[in-house]
Amino acid sequence: MAVTVKTFANSAEAAAVLSSDRGARYLGGGTLVMRALNEGDVSISTVVRANDQALARIEASGPRITLGAGVTFARILGERDLVFLHAPARSIGGPAVRNMGTVGGNLFAPNPYGDFTVALLALDATVAVQGGFGARDIAIEEFLQSRERQSGALVLSVSCTRPTSAEAFRYRKVARIKPKGGSVITLAAHLPISGGRIAGARIALGSMAPTQIRAKAAERALEGRILDAATISAAASAVTEGTSPSDNALGSAWYRREIVGVHLRRLLSGQE
Amino acid sequence: MSKTPLQFRHNGRDVAIFVDGGTNLLVALRELIGDMTPKFGCGQGGCGTCSVLIDGELHLSCLTLAETVAGRSIETLDGMKQGPNLHPLQRAFADNFAAQCGYCTPGMLMAAKALLDRNPSPSRAEVVEAISGNICRCTGYEPIINAILAAAGGRASA
Repeated sequence: MAVTVKTFANSAEAAAVLSSDRGARYLGGGTLVMRALNEGDVSISTVVRANDQALARIEASGPRITLGAGVTFARILGERDLVFLHAPARSIGGPAVRNMGTVGGNLFAPNPYGDFTVALLALDATVAVQGGFGARDIAIEEFLQSRERQSGALVLSVSCTRPTSAEAFRYRKVARIKPKGGSVITLAAHLPISGGRIAGARIALGSMAPTQIRAKAAERALEGRILDAATISAAASAVTEGTSPSDNALGSAWYRREIVGVHLRRLLSGQE
Repeated sequence: MSKTPLQFRHNGRDVAIFVDGGTNLLVALRELIGDMTPKFGCGQGGCGTCSVLIDGELHLSCLTLAETVAGRSIETLDGMKQGPNLHPLQRAFADNFAAQCGYCTPGMLMAAKALLDRNPSPSRAEVVEAISGNICRCTGYEPIINAILAAAGGRASA
């Protein structure tokens, strides 16, 4: 079925159409919306695009970095200042998907995709959204919880914390097919150290719930502690609390619950 | 619904077509231009056989809205041969038995070209990574990897 394509020079005009037309979807890299069109998704009647350069901007100099929603994973991999995001960016698709897929689109990617968002969730990201009533920043956790209702708004950019050291941020995607494959589970951990102890622990999980979630019980087990074997065991034991994984072709819910603690233990203890 | 005029370069030649809204680049190439070298596989971005180069960058034509390539340069397998001669990658695929049914071959060749254009002497690991978005279900990956390495080796010594 043919759809109407509307292309705008700036994101505000695109956002106005998105918020007023229920059948409008924003086209970023195409890996979600074009796939839906190819599958005959009749809920999409209008495809909205914006050629706004602001959507492709990378600000990587300060303690918080900002990525325009239209920044591709290939571009992140080309940025030396974004080395901490290279592992999550590289874990997505093959080269063609990384040339196309965007940071903004990944926020909407359902399981078993959306791995980059797992990293952003562990890095306390905020999502800048342009809706019918202007622009605002939303904490990524809140954004993900209301993701189904966000399709009427346009994501402009995502900002996140830059880890203070390479060891402070860790990422692991468990896939059956290497180097490319959907996620069985995805884990990201941000463990800033202050005075030798963990301060502000964040553990984020993909494919362990309908959206990416934080493992808050595991975070509590880490907070204020030294990252030793006992602390890691406590976090690994607590990591399934609050999760609600599903069965799919890549793994069962039972399997995901069984392995998430094992992989968190390996991630935190620096094992391959 | 009205059609949209679209102009772009296709294997070095300017083309102009009219597309329906929402038409993907794969359909535009196959049905409107008659270039049957990019194949339809999954339509989901999972198999890679529709891979083409857009301004030299590897993209999946089935997930590319045709209108977004206005004014850009598209390369497909159809443009790879050099006059009457096969491209060194095509020759290496034939010599190394890297095609059995051949359905993945157009995508594999474009992914390989994207790699060698950027990195003329890739390692084996870099070749594996470069074709990681392309699925082969019958030839097996080893002959394909060997063919790409052989083409790179031949190019380096040429």
